[in-house]
Amino acid sequence: MAAVIERETSVWQGKVQSRALVAGEGPPLVFFHGAMGLNWDPFLDALAESFTVYAPEHPGTTPGNPDAIKPIDNLWDLVLSYYEVFDELGLDSPAVVGHSFGGMVAAEVAATNPSRVSRLALIDPVGLWRDDAPVANWMATAPQDLGPLLFADPTGPAAQMMAAPPPDPETGIQMALRTTWSLACTGKFVWPIPDKGLKKRLHRITAPTLILWGEQDGLVPSIYASDFEQAIPDAHIELISGAGHLPQMEQLEPTASAVKGFLSG
Amino acid sequence: MKISMFHLMPHRELPDDFEERYHSVWVDPPFHELATPERVGDYYNWTLDELMHAADLGFDGICVNEHHQNAYGFMPGPNVMGGALARATRGQDVALVQMGATLPTTNPPIRIAEEYAMLDCISGGRLVAGMPLGTAMDANMGYGITPIEQRERYYEAHDLILKAWQSREPFPFNGKYTQLPMVNLWPRPVQTPYPPVWVPGMGSLSTWEFAADQGHCYCFLSYFGHARGKAVMDSFWEFMDSKEKELNPYRAGFLQLVAVSETDAQAEKDYEKHIKYFFEKCLHIAPEFTPPGHQDYRSLENNLRRMLSQQMSEQQRLSDWSFKDYVDNQYVISGGPASVRDQLEELIKSLRVGNLMLLLQIGSMPHELAMKNIELMATEVIPHIRHHWQDEWENHWWPERLRAGRQVNAEDGVAAVAGGS
Repeated sequence: MAAVIERETSVWQGKVQSRALVAGEGPPLVFFHGAMGLNWDPFLDALAESFTVYAPEHPGTTPGNPDAIKPIDNLWDLVLSYYEVFDELGLDSPAVVGHSFGGMVAAEVAATNPSRVSRLALIDPVGLWRDDAPVANWMATAPQDLGPLLFADPTGPAAQMMAAPPPDPETGIQMALRTTWSLACTGKFVWPIPDKGLKKRLHRITAPTLILWGEQDGLVPSIYASDFEQAIPDAHIELISGAGHLPQMEQLEPTASAVKGFLSG
Repeated sequence: MKISMFHLMPHRELPDDFEERYHSVWVDPPFHELATPERVGDYYNWTLDELMHAADLGFDGICVNEHHQNAYGFMPGPNVMGGALARATRGQDVALVQMGATLPTTNPPIRIAEEYAMLDCISGGRLVAGMPLGTAMDANMGYGITPIEQRERYYEAHDLILKAWQSREPFPFNGKYTQLPMVNLWPRPVQTPYPPVWVPGMGSLSTWEFAADQGHCYCFLSYFGHARGKAVMDSFWEFMDSKEKELNPYRAGFLQLVAVSETDAQAEKDYEKHIKYFFEKCLHIAPEFTPPGHQDYRSLENNLRRMLSQQMSEQQRLSDWSFKDYVDNQYVISGGPASVRDQLEELIKSLRVGNLMLLLQIGSMPHELAMKNIELMATEVIPHIRHHWQDEWENHWWPERLRAGRQVNAEDGVAAVAGGS
């Protein structure tokens, strides 16, 4: 396992303090986490074998600083604040990987200023909308109904790991607080429909792009992969079988090697 | 005391197995399986008749509220009901307590300033201006308001409305959520500088802080009665004391379910099934329809700790409750007139509350029974309890011209119940 260090970032005229987890060696790679918060997992360990991974936390989701979401009013602010985070971390044009909500952020960052992203990997991103295959409302889904949305096998080891009871009540409270508040903060940029105009901006992306999707994603159906592919000039799709919305958890090995292979290419 | 009748306008005929068959009473109940527009027309008209009955019989105020996509209360436009009531109570000294039009879901919020001003003009200055934040089900699910922005939207809308009522000159409004080039309200409210403002809440500290800073009346709207409300109201008064606010009981309002009959035994016969219907069906609300962000971080942490300590959910416990359980636990005040009087007196004193809102049509309660409940309340109970606080405190949160108390015309068939006897 990689030695993970914490880097504090202070952007938006010092009004937004966040944290980035950093580990590994090699060319820089930024990972944008999904709506449930950043969790340094074996997938990031795998990326850290070949890259220096920088995983910034979305504003407000860093424990101990819930109010950091307040100065960021909208998606435009969020995207611009991430260029400042890149600057603070000394990153000019890193590879960028984003999962789910983080995939939407990664695509927005790559579309708004294409020179800041060298290669782009989107894992089951949100950001587009089809009436014939609506994205599930993950902020208003009962916990017991999340399994089939997130996992190809809702009883498999990845699902069991996520559903494991906390070791003690206080840890349980802290985990619930962290997850709920991460959903609240990221929800600021997607509620009530996670389509904020990305479809009009995807054509601006110049980075070679991998669109990786869990074939059985119940939250953002894999039909969206082709919508991303068609809109981004240099993009191709990899479907991961036996995976739902979290292919990096449910099919770690094929997911990590697809992403690493593409980014090293 | 100021005693008002509160109405939710519920569906009165949900199927017996509603809570097993359907996911939630709020947000996603299928209208066409459960209702017809023609029957809903009856519900609206009964609701208006019941509130008018309360007005005719001498209640101090009549209250309506706003909910969306909700089978236990579907007045999405409370000011539509308020307009009908303002006209129908013309010449009466009853207050129109709009509890009210929901600020974050009304866009632009200036619409509330306008409609409330209309109601105040039509009623000749009898409006109480309720300013609710709105539930998650209404605001986030029904109206798409971003949960983490809801409270900030509320504060901004509140400031806009109050400024629009008071400003002598047109002004531009440059808010984060609302921008208007020239605000110049037509009409203006009769009451100056503006009608009394009531802020409904569920016990959150930020709402108390807001009510205290603004000098508004805080109303604790709970369906779970005064025994459980006591802890909240005790903390509320401690908080007001710490803010060095006068502990005027009229600074607070409280909602209570009440069902009066001729005797205690008759009350059980009359009301048990309607009370059970209310708690089992009307409060069958899917918890996931309160999305993350509706609660601020501090409230969220408090609630997570509270949930852990409670172990068993309220809803599970309630399904076995009988009439006696609801009454013994004081969720509902019910019985013959003497029992109801005693319990309401206890409530008034122990919560130190000056503005009481009584939910008298409960769940499936049919029209005739609701009318009886209202009548017994007006004739057998209110005359005995309305003197509380009257001589000691001024109700700054009641329309000024109605503060002295009601002068009900005896020709209505009921003895005069003027306050301040």
